[in-house]
Amino acid sequence: MSLETGTTVDFNAQPDARGHFGPYGGRFVSETLIYALDQLEEIYTRLKRDPQFQAEIDHDLAHYVGRPSPLYFAESWTQKVGGAQLFLKREDLNHTGAHKINNTIGQALLAKHTGKKRVIAETGAGQHGVATATVAARLGLECVVYMGSEDIQRQSLNVYRMKLLGATVVPVTSGSKTLKDAMNEAMRDWVTNVDDTFYIIGTAAGPHPYPQLVRDFQSVIGREARAQCLAQTGRLPDALVACVGGGSNAIGLFHPFLSDASVAMYGVEAGGFGLDSGKHAAPLSAGIPGILHGNRTYLMEDENGQIIETHSVSAGLDYPGVGPEHSWLKDLGRVNYVAITDDEAMAGFRRLTRTEGIMPALESSHAVAYGEKLAASLPQDAIVIVNMSGRGDKDILTVAKIDGIQV
Amino acid sequence: MNRISQTLTQLQNEGRKALATYLVSGDPSQDFTLPAMHALVAAGANILELGVPFSDPMAEGPVIQRGHERALAHHTSLTSTLEVVRQFRATNTHTPVVLMGYANPVERMGFAKFVNAAVEAGVDGLLTVDLPPEEAETLNGLLADAGLETIYLIAPTSSDSRVEQITRVASGFVYYVSLKGVTGAGHLDVQSVADKLAIIRRSTQVPVLVGFGIKDADSAKAIAHVADGVVVGSALVVMMEASKPATELFADMSTLVADIRRGLDSL
Repeated sequence: MSLETGTTVDFNAQPDARGHFGPYGGRFVSETLIYALDQLEEIYTRLKRDPQFQAEIDHDLAHYVGRPSPLYFAESWTQKVGGAQLFLKREDLNHTGAHKINNTIGQALLAKHTGKKRVIAETGAGQHGVATATVAARLGLECVVYMGSEDIQRQSLNVYRMKLLGATVVPVTSGSKTLKDAMNEAMRDWVTNVDDTFYIIGTAAGPHPYPQLVRDFQSVIGREARAQCLAQTGRLPDALVACVGGGSNAIGLFHPFLSDASVAMYGVEAGGFGLDSGKHAAPLSAGIPGILHGNRTYLMEDENGQIIETHSVSAGLDYPGVGPEHSWLKDLGRVNYVAITDDEAMAGFRRLTRTEGIMPALESSHAVAYGEKLAASLPQDAIVIVNMSGRGDKDILTVAKIDGIQV
Repeated sequence: MNRISQTLTQLQNEGRKALATYLVSGDPSQDFTLPAMHALVAAGANILELGVPFSDPMAEGPVIQRGHERALAHHTSLTSTLEVVRQFRATNTHTPVVLMGYANPVERMGFAKFVNAAVEAGVDGLLTVDLPPEEAETLNGLLADAGLETIYLIAPTSSDSRVEQITRVASGFVYYVSLKGVTGAGHLDVQSVADKLAIIRRSTQVPVLVGFGIKDADSAKAIAHVADGVVVGSALVVMMEASKPATELFADMSTLVADIRRGLDSL
């Protein structure tokens, strides 16, 4: 389907009643979890229309998270790149340093309404784990975070942050020892402790209603960016750029703009050592549709339907699947999905740090790197918004290691 | 009549309980599976469940997860699993074989191609852990047309209306998950199983087998008091962790299965 016909789609009518975005999404879980998902769906459907619940979220986002986050015109960076005007949506300035808190604030409030006293989460880069441990500390909830043992190594600062916040971090040693295995383990915990446990999924993937509710909670990014862009420049942006692992920061930025046909969108996947190398984490660029973690979506798998190990310099993008709405938007042609390699992302990281004094997370560095490419190809009066989904403090040790420096 | 219904009907007529055993195909090696299937039948298994290994077996406990990992380490696949069933059928035409696994390998092969291959190999039923009835309409249609049974899990958390929804499409037998948790967990509660089975039997005539947490003759007997049969999985798969020669593993498996068989037949 072409971009032109894509504009006639009612993007706000998705997903359908059973959680489908076209052929994607749905609810592919073992029977034990069906009731918990039904319960979550019922509570969410009721509360999202409840003005008091919305007011609670808005209050927390303003006073605890620090929203709205700025839409910042990066003038030095723009001059350096020499093309379109580059704006940064500063999710890195949120409390805990990334967009993840927008979602955990919302899901923790849902947990509170279910009366469950224990929350669990999976995490890759550790940002979602930190954001979950943070809201759990505030609400006095027990918190258990599952994290691949590989990721525990490369994100040791975030592991310690979670522990300081009172969370238990459980190392996952099965499979590839990264985010996908952490999600498997969190699902197993949930199956076992379903009566008293709320599973706070960190990305816009998983069984219905998670892709929908994570999108809804993250859409504050796009709503703000749209209003800010209109207020600051008098018009809509020409393009949006966001990194895509599971895709929650990207869908949060994109969704409020989907009906604005003039706004082009670019979801940037982790190209790792390059798409040709096979060592990457870019299912939309190089995968095929399949079923994993409760939803049908684009996946990286072999000819037997086994999920294959992914590679990315950034732990948060190192995932073989992607949120189902992205799969649908890809097929519709509404969003362009592209890939940026580890090396390109590192170059973007360094350039933004030096020209703007803003250090992006390695995940966000993929969006930064593609934003530069895109801006360089556009006229100077074009406006490009890059989602600065998180800050790079957590990645200092990884960058130092690449530089051969012992910190 | 499908081999599953035939076997379960015959057992019911004899007043006996069904014993289903689970192994992961290709665990601990591909050569092991075929003789293991015959050994299980000889020791008293009535239905063979063959796990199709998957890279992300979300509903499995650590024991069966490791079984999947061992099987995948030497490239066991849905295709090679179907081949084992075909070889099994060369000498055994009466014992039902159920494939138990996850949706993605079946989706990747293609539903129609899978169903044809399964029929050709001599498979009798399919239990797809992460494919609930509402997502399985296409596949179930093809399976039913081909005469293959669609086995479904029912959980302690399944509501009464959910039980009705599942039993409308379940055939062969219903697999009741005895507890909230992954495979191989402990803490069986026979009374709660009995209560739930009463609800399930209100909406279906299909026999109900109970699995998850059954590891020996005592636990099997306790559950079989209220069920039509039991499924034993992790207690067998855990044996594969010992680095023993295949002959010793067959002996260990046969001892456990024969013991459970005697326990069930003493009821």
